[in-house]
Amino acid sequence: MTRILMRQMQDNQAGIIRTVKASGEMGRRIRDMGLVPGAEIKIRGRAPLYDPVALRVMGFTLTLRNNEADFIEVEVP
Amino acid sequence: MSDATFALAGNPNSGKTTLFNALTGARQHVGNYPGVTVEKKEGLYVHDGRQLKLVDLPGTYSLTAYSLEEVAAREFLVNEKPAAVIDIVDAANLERNLYLTLQFMEMGVPVIVALNMMDVAAQRGITIDTGKLSQLLGVPVVATVARRGEGKAELLQVAERIVGNGVRPQSLTISYGEDIDLALMEMVQAIKDAGLLTDRYRARWVALKYMETDEQILALGRQTNPELSAQLEATVQKVADHLRATLDLYPEAVIADHRYGYIRSMLQQGVMAVQHDRDRLYLSDRIDKVLTNRFAGPLIMLAVIWGLYQFTFTYSEMPVAWLASFFGWLGGLAEAVIPEGLFRSLLVSGVIDGIGGVLGFVPLIMFMFLGISFLEDSGYMARMAYMLDRVFRLFGLHGSSVMAFIVSGGIAGGCAVPGIMATRTLKSPRERLATILTVPFMNCGAKLPVFALLVAAFFASHEALVMFGITLVSWVGALLVAKLLRSTVIPGEATPFVMELPPYRLPTFKGLMIHTWERTWHYIRKAGTVILGISVVLWALMTFPGAPESVQQQFESRRQAVVAAAPAAAAEIANAGETTALSSPARALREQLVAIAAQEAQAGLRYSVAGRIGTALESLSIFAGFDWRTNIALVGGFAAKEVVVSTLGTAYSLGDVDPEETTSLGDKLAAAPGWRPLTALSLIVFTMFYAPCFVSVVCIAREASWKWAAFSMVFNTALAFTLAVVVYQLGSALGF
Repeated sequence: MTRILMRQMQDNQAGIIRTVKASGEMGRRIRDMGLVPGAEIKIRGRAPLYDPVALRVMGFTLTLRNNEADFIEVEVP
Repeated sequence: MSDATFALAGNPNSGKTTLFNALTGARQHVGNYPGVTVEKKEGLYVHDGRQLKLVDLPGTYSLTAYSLEEVAAREFLVNEKPAAVIDIVDAANLERNLYLTLQFMEMGVPVIVALNMMDVAAQRGITIDTGKLSQLLGVPVVATVARRGEGKAELLQVAERIVGNGVRPQSLTISYGEDIDLALMEMVQAIKDAGLLTDRYRARWVALKYMETDEQILALGRQTNPELSAQLEATVQKVADHLRATLDLYPEAVIADHRYGYIRSMLQQGVMAVQHDRDRLYLSDRIDKVLTNRFAGPLIMLAVIWGLYQFTFTYSEMPVAWLASFFGWLGGLAEAVIPEGLFRSLLVSGVIDGIGGVLGFVPLIMFMFLGISFLEDSGYMARMAYMLDRVFRLFGLHGSSVMAFIVSGGIAGGCAVPGIMATRTLKSPRERLATILTVPFMNCGAKLPVFALLVAAFFASHEALVMFGITLVSWVGALLVAKLLRSTVIPGEATPFVMELPPYRLPTFKGLMIHTWERTWHYIRKAGTVILGISVVLWALMTFPGAPESVQQQFESRRQAVVAAAPAAAAEIANAGETTALSSPARALREQLVAIAAQEAQAGLRYSVAGRIGTALESLSIFAGFDWRTNIALVGGFAAKEVVVSTLGTAYSLGDVDPEETTSLGDKLAAAPGWRPLTALSLIVFTMFYAPCFVSVVCIAREASWKWAAFSMVFNTALAFTLAVVVYQLGSALGF
């Protein structure tokens, strides 16, 4: 088990969110959508220009810019 | 039972609008929440002679103070005190949807949960025990399938029962861990003792908002009781410092974690069972494999944009032409019935042309919104934003800005009016404002006749190249200005792109129709009145005070002179019907008369207020190569950009010039002194960037504010003038 930033995850890689460092509006929006510690996520893919990233959490699909994904630390097997 | 109000709330894409439409049908009314541009939809449900008023709150994921929508929803609940919130919860997405439900319950408003899309959940192997969920939440839960109208009757029964019994369900108290709980308890006591905001909110909710550093509540608190507010903030700071030190977390993060924890534990108590792997790929994901594919995705997107464009502008062509000919006919009728004079001129050029101008956009807006509603409701719009965000973000915009740019004329020939209105799909306020202010730079259909005239007259050998260059320049210009605005007058960080990619769905016909009609009616009602007024003002500017008596008499005596010189021909014209062939002396006389009338019109224009403005500005505008004639034409272009062409015609005494048929005007310009290709280029640049037409200005005022509308007129004109001067002076210096 290692911890990496969400940006570094490969397509189709799964993991569990451990920390979300963002505060303020960005932090709120990230958490409102269910990206909280303990949530299981899986990277679905990236936009044609490699940013934003699309991921799966709690059964739905969410997009996030890479610089926003940098605030999220994920534990991957 | 008396009439009662219910609020409809829920996440975006939860089927809220579908349910609202199913309940209220066509009995809807669209307005705004007080003081903000957030759309407020109200509808009536009539049942057994009783009326329920339903208010469709904006779709939100949460109830923070960060977005206008969320604040509007909160304010509505507090100020209007609806009998209950009907919270639409997507059954296939229960965990995230309940996050909002909990926040309503924490506010202390009565909640009815409509568990929607049970069919989709069932397909995905998700089974939900509604009884258990209702018991654990402590609020009524009704299963619905809004698309098919299932569960509607039961939902309304529950609503009526609530009104009948007047039950106010108990508000929810969630534990946020020892540190926060203890602080909250202390704060609640202090808030209760001082009665801080308790006339509007629950004390615990106020305390919670302080803990979350909610800007709106903090501001209210500071205003009401600065002393207590400072004390509460100090308590929060202490907790925050402690949490930072021990867990490296902000209080708001801890609060969110606990809310989701609460939901998770609730669902694990037998509420929800999932049979399949949750990451399984459904049809929607398989479609995405193609539609957002690195190579195929952008190509398909181009095709879709092209298709939308074709759809909007091809199908609206006929009704637009019908409307144009109807108003042409009406104007002709007025001219035939009413004697010549100021009143006729006002009615024809001011009122009828004004109303025609407003209604002429209606088919465009209708078709555009039909197309956009389809893309939006189907879920494709979110994919477009996803694919293009990287590009638009560079300029301080948002992936969703693309639609507004395209519609406004990103492919030459659009219209900024529906473009500005299309920004409603953008949920980020700063990016939305920057988009609204820059889409008028796109080459709309009304600028094209101006470009076509100048390009044909001065760049005939490179027509296609120059037109392509014009499109390119407008895009680059708009994006750079967006960047400039975002780093100066609309500063602020990029709004996070945390966005849901909803599953693809086939939009319902009813939903599309209601959506389209709503937007169209909104435009007619709001824009119509103002535009008519401005149209009359512009007419007055180009008419009054008119040429002085002596000048008018000169024309009159010239007219009498030519008539007196050929009495036989004059008599022939007077007796001739519309189709009678005239003899050659009569034709010659008529041409002379037409020429005099054209010169008279030129003189009248020159002496009008617009003409005086044009003449006065000549000393300045000459730096960009424009003489007074061009200036007047540009003033006229504020009514609608194609008016530049017809006004140039009048200014060059050509009489009425049809914007579609400008060869004679082009020849005249090409031969006129002071005109050369560089002048044309300078005018093209100016036309591209200067103040939006007043219909667009009114739309900017409606969608943003009058302040920003005024800004766009002044800023755009200054920018356009600077660019035109640079082009003209640089070109002149280089010997062009």
